[in-house]
Amino acid sequence: MNISALQTHPKFGQPHSIHEVECAIKSNQPVNDEYRLLILDAPSELLDCEPGQFFHLLCPLTRNQQPYLRRPMSIYGYYPDKGELHFLYKVAGEGTAAIGTLGTGDKLNVLGPLGRGFDILPDWRNLLLVARGVGLATLAPLALEARRLDRKLTAICSARSEHFLLSLDYFRNLGVNVIPLTDETATSDINNMRAIIEKLLAEDGIDAMYTCGSNRILKLLQSIGKAHDIPGQIALEQQMACGIGMCQCCVRAFRRDGDVVNERVCKEGPVFDLQEAIGC
Amino acid sequence: MLDLTTQIGSLTLKNPIMPASGTFSEDLAQVFDLGALGAHVTKTVTREKRSGNPTPRVCEVRGSMLNSIGIPSKGIEAFKAAVIPFYARYDAPLVVSISAGSTDEFATLCEEVSVPGVAAVEVNISCPNIEEDGKAFAMRPSTTEAVMRKLRDATDLPLWAKLTPNTGETTEVAKAAAETGADALVVSNTLLAMAIDIKTRRPKLGNLMGGLSGPAFKPIALRMAYQCAKSVEIPVIGCGGISSVEDVIEYLIAGCAAVQVGTATFIEPAIMVRMIDELNTYLQSQGLSSVAELVGSIEDEQASDGLIFMEAAP
Ligand SMILES: Cc1cc2nc3c(=O)[nH]c(=O)nc-3n(C[C@H](O)[C@H](O)[C@H](O)COP(=O)(O)OP(=O)(O)OC[C@H]3O[C@@H](n4cnc5c(N)ncnc54)[C@H](O)[C@@H]3O)c2cc1C
Ligand SMILES: Cc1cc2nc3c(=O)[nH]c(=O)nc-3n(C[C@H](O)[C@H](O)[C@H](O)COP(=O)(O)O)c2cc1C
Ligand code: FES
Repeated sequence: MNISALQTHPKFGQPHSIHEVECAIKSNQPVNDEYRLLILDAPSELLDCEPGQFFHLLCPLTRNQQPYLRRPMSIYGYYPDKGELHFLYKVAGEGTAAIGTLGTGDKLNVLGPLGRGFDILPDWRNLLLVARGVGLATLAPLALEARRLDRKLTAICSARSEHFLLSLDYFRNLGVNVIPLTDETATSDINNMRAIIEKLLAEDGIDAMYTCGSNRILKLLQSIGKAHDIPGQIALEQQMACGIGMCQCCVRAFRRDGDVVNERVCKEGPVFDLQEAIGC
Repeated sequence: MLDLTTQIGSLTLKNPIMPASGTFSEDLAQVFDLGALGAHVTKTVTREKRSGNPTPRVCEVRGSMLNSIGIPSKGIEAFKAAVIPFYARYDAPLVVSISAGSTDEFATLCEEVSVPGVAAVEVNISCPNIEEDGKAFAMRPSTTEAVMRKLRDATDLPLWAKLTPNTGETTEVAKAAAETGADALVVSNTLLAMAIDIKTRRPKLGNLMGGLSGPAFKPIALRMAYQCAKSVEIPVIGCGGISSVEDVIEYLIAGCAAVQVGTATFIEPAIMVRMIDELNTYLQSQGLSSVAELVGSIEDEQASDGLIFMEAAP
């Protein structure tokens, strides 16, 4: 592992907390037909991070893939005790395909941790997490944090089929109440999801909701949140160039105080207030 | 002791490497000590608040990128309150980049940013001029002259004119800027370009077209910087596609007194610090003692050495 020139610089009292590091790959294995789990050997300064934050990955150049910009990827897991940083990713195009070619012992240059993660406020005891597809990758570390903070967590996980439902065992092992929904079993439609959430609300109550990855789920949670006055957060995506706030490439629009404002997903986000988010 | 300093008019920079406007902000202080740089150049600021162009604002092209950020701006008041004080802690000179849609508005803004803490004003005359049907000021010598004259009257600070590659009159524009009071030229801004998604048949940028930057753009910007350095007496600051110390050196040899690094910082945030280090090593390896010895050292006399080369070949 080679920690590059980016040492922390206490000189001007600046928060020099972003690091660029060449990490060795411990493993990079498919978990199903679409997703792969990448495990990096990471130094402790990279692992001082929080759920919802992300890293900017410098994809390797291969014969067929020539990605130029870095690619943003949420932290799937971070384990300071083992010195491991995990990413769960879907091979989407050039950059992720290039990462897919890397094997144990190869190096990957990562920049981070970046952005603002999820909050778990002290009075949020009953947490609800609703995710679809690869959104689960972003929400998974929240489960670990919820357990560390001794909070109750229910995870509604939705996907096309059982086969694509990632992380169910991971969640269950952390004591999460998991509710799987699939298109295949016709359980993932939005009305059924609403009914399930209303039931949870009536039984135990919900103090906060978290989501990522689906416009329909965003709309549903916004409507439930408004009706029952439940706060929530959402992790959003946008094309990025710098990943650290300089270029203004990654803005999205948000509703705030009756106005529409632009915020940078890489800097003010990727986690935002659920009610302020505007779907696409 | 190697002398990395370089002179841009009345300003002495401790080294010739600085960021390009729009690819640098206070956020980079979280990565390295910004005090290492030759100067600090802010994102272009406008007088009024602006939100910029629709998304997606960026796309990748082979070995480079296109952007259509537009010029989102917090407005000059917010800028003065937050940005200028931030850079006061560093001794690197602060260069504020400004833009406006008319000559008068440009002059007013220039006056407004000429405050203590600002060492020079970089005028981004690559933006559309509303008085001229949206053509950028720096596309033609006449509009360049008109705006530079007004700007010259508006401030005593050094004025850096940032030129556009979207013109067929590079040297004429450069001369016009130099003759009307520019203290230095920055060559150049991005090249108008386009990319299309073949699945959706839609342009990849929300604004349809955008600016090409990064390595693919370097030979064009280097050519322009060379042409400008040949045709004006004022210092030229090279900008475009610089992503290694070799690129920096090429620009210096071509006649640039300093360089600006843009897109490369997105790929490697501390690349400018590495370049400063490597420039030191290069000078040493060449037996040079200063950057000044390198600047404009290009051997470009039209020599008839084609034959000599062939004779020398084994
Ligand atoms: C904060 C954040 C966290 C993310 N976390 C994950 C994750 O944990 N797992 C995962 O599989 N994916 C995640 N993504 C999406 C991931 O970044 C894209 O799938 C990836 O960049 C695609 O790159 P590519 O070269 O394979 O695809 P291409 O389609 O070839 O990419 C071309 C360009 O589009 C950009 N791009 C494509 N899709 C997206 C997207 N969805 N969001 C932003 N930019 C995109 C790429 O960065 C690149 O610049 C995240 C995105 C963001 C913004
Ligand atoms: C994301 C982005 C934003 C930019 N914003 C500005 C700007 O606000 N003002 C300006 O004068 N140039 C702006 N530029 C142009 C750069 O300053 C520079 O001239 C150009 O990118 C070429 O250099 P490079 O190839 O090293 O990036 C921007 C470039 C990029 C990529
Ligand atoms: S990606 Fe550059 S500001 Fe967010």
